[in-house]
Amino acid sequence: MAVLTEEQSMLRDAAKSWVSEKSPVTAFRKMRDSGNEDGFDKAAWKEIAEMGWTGIIIPEEFGGSGLGYLTLGLVLEEMGRTLTAAPLLSTAAATSALLIAGNDAQKKEWLPKLAEGKAIAALAVDEKSHHAPSHMTLEAKKTGGGYTLNGKKLFVQDGGAADLLVVAARTAGKADEKNGITLFLVPGNASGLKRTKLKSVDSRGVANLEFHNVEVPGSAVLGAVDNGFDVLDATLDRARAALAAEMLGAATQEFETTLDYLKTRVQFGQVIGTFQALQHRAAKMFTDLELTRSCVEAALTAIDRNANDIPALVSLAKAKVNELAHLVSNEMVQMHGGIGMTDAHDSGLYLKRARAAEATYGSASFHRDRYARLMGY
Amino acid sequence: MSAAEKLDPELESFRAEARAWLAENFPPSLKDKDVSMTAMAGITLSGDAKLWQERMGAKGWGTPTYPKQYGGGGLTNAQARVLQQEMARIGAKNPIGGMGVMMFGPTLLEYGNEEQKARHVPGIVTGTVRWCQGYSEPNAGSDLAALRTQAVDKGDHYLVNGQKIWTSGAQFADWCFCLVRTDNSKKHEGISFLLIDMKSPGVEVRPIKLISGNSPFCETFFTDVKVPKENLMGPLNGGWTIGKRLLQFERAGLGSGGGSAGRGGAAQGIDEIAKKYVGTDEKGRIAEHQMSARAFALTIARAQAEAKSNAGPNQTTSIMKNAGSKLQQERAELLLEIMGSQGLGWEGEGFTREEIESTRAWLGGKAVTIYGGTAEIQNNIIAKRILGLLDHQ
Repeated sequence: MAVLTEEQSMLRDAAKSWVSEKSPVTAFRKMRDSGNEDGFDKAAWKEIAEMGWTGIIIPEEFGGSGLGYLTLGLVLEEMGRTLTAAPLLSTAAATSALLIAGNDAQKKEWLPKLAEGKAIAALAVDEKSHHAPSHMTLEAKKTGGGYTLNGKKLFVQDGGAADLLVVAARTAGKADEKNGITLFLVPGNASGLKRTKLKSVDSRGVANLEFHNVEVPGSAVLGAVDNGFDVLDATLDRARAALAAEMLGAATQEFETTLDYLKTRVQFGQVIGTFQALQHRAAKMFTDLELTRSCVEAALTAIDRNANDIPALVSLAKAKVNELAHLVSNEMVQMHGGIGMTDAHDSGLYLKRARAAEATYGSASFHRDRYARLMGY
Repeated sequence: MSAAEKLDPELESFRAEARAWLAENFPPSLKDKDVSMTAMAGITLSGDAKLWQERMGAKGWGTPTYPKQYGGGGLTNAQARVLQQEMARIGAKNPIGGMGVMMFGPTLLEYGNEEQKARHVPGIVTGTVRWCQGYSEPNAGSDLAALRTQAVDKGDHYLVNGQKIWTSGAQFADWCFCLVRTDNSKKHEGISFLLIDMKSPGVEVRPIKLISGNSPFCETFFTDVKVPKENLMGPLNGGWTIGKRLLQFERAGLGSGGGSAGRGGAAQGIDEIAKKYVGTDEKGRIAEHQMSARAFALTIARAQAEAKSNAGPNQTTSIMKNAGSKLQQERAELLLEIMGSQGLGWEGEGFTREEIESTRAWLGGKAVTIYGGTAEIQNNIIAKRILGLLDHQ
């Protein structure tokens, strides 16, 4: 754990006790079993907003606390431990785009609402089954003073419930070019926008979006026309680092739950944790957890410091946390044996969330490639 | 370095002092040259290297945090870090090294009596006395406490008989810190910590040739070696605790060694070498290795920051030896593959010096997951001490 300020420690402790009292895994299970289409519990979201977590990355002048991304990560880590489903991460992702590229009017319009949790926001980027932020075909055509959007976005996190969508669209150039991408602020209830809520394996709120002649004014352009890729990439880095924190929390909990099981499950007349074959696998997981924590905290800290190597540290963190999530979620099922295969046990819930989170904002190989490119290999 | 440290006026005045002393005393010809290992390998230093070692030894700055009364630097940890920064700034390497400094010295300061400290610390501080480690035996490797080298009480001395193995640098060592059996009826509680003069009659050293072609380790035989009683360190039959404490210093040192591998070491970056031999990183394996190396370097930094704020080491350090040694081996294997047939030379024509060194280092590196507690023993330690898993019954 990074060296924290008093304020950060307090917030983390508050998050720890809130998730264990108000949002344990049983709450997630209940939400899933209720057939909730949004993929999160509205009452819990209201409490999250009241605790101020929605304003952690928003400056004080816009109604937030301006504590930054490491602090957001601490909260998401605790939420990850109990699989707390809430649009906090999606909203923070879209908020990041506004913080990076929003003009005064846009910030004044949206940030106070986002800080208070009165608006949910989402980032609409991918159009294919794999994360590919430069692959952009959703067309935004200049019509009069504004733009008309046509095309689709797949698997948008909390896209169904979002009041505000930050949409990456093509205003010039070809499908896989970085130039010619522009970001737009689109209301969730825009006319011509069709949102299909999906039932995903992790029971979170993902949606496919179809844009049929969705008209937005010129003031909806976020940042510069045709030059939106850098803003998008920086925004995605904030989303990736935040997601990495959630995944680290989940993996830590998976490991601790599994370790408890190794200490209590008796076979051959002794607890199975005395078997060296299992001890060494536990030691390997512990080692990977420690190494990965360093990467995740370094990425979040780099964002707070606006350091030069944010992209590389974020890709390092997301690649490492993906590998960790993969290993630990699989070991959780395997080491629990038969009970780990049942729906009644939490292993499956963690496994499903792990895979969904791994695929979100870039797989391990996506981030290895990106790291290699950034370092010039 | 934290902002607070930057602004501390006392530290800044020490920085000025260190900078001035280094400017006057560091021979520029030694920029980026590490002479500490040369000294350990038994090569007598001469010229600037000798001068640099003498000056640092006299100043006590080769062992900056050792107490002044025994010739150490007497610096605080913060001052030692400043000294390290100032040395790094001008490419000055610490000329005082070896097992005495890294492992035995800190243990001696903790467990030695006044007479022992006064006698043995100064030689470590000046780098003039070389120490070797008498721990492992042919039948006591990972199960170290099964050791059988006997020290029998003969009134005014102990009579030592037995065999040690993997004694690094024993052929060049002046003294040996040794675990010996003083009670056959108990396992761990029958072990004592004894300091043996390697020039004593009955000590015989035979270097062991390894797969790398080098002989960094020896077999050391003790036949009726008389060791004065004053050379017992700590209580009789209380050597196991001291021996384990020393291993902590050893593993911490090995971990930071992995750290230099993690940061790419003094050598050229593996990506630069890859460009020369194979062009690109087509399978992403170099990136994967470099990412693991960076994760390790970040973990060292995090553990240090946390240890500083909590005033003590934390459980993160338990992973360092395995993580660091694995990285070092992975890097060597990757380099060998990158170099293709150029990485398969043993000696002579057709290969560059770097290629041969790299191949020998690949072979020599097989030791790092074996010495100082094998990778498996490290995993046992993590499982039992950190994770609280029990012994198999």
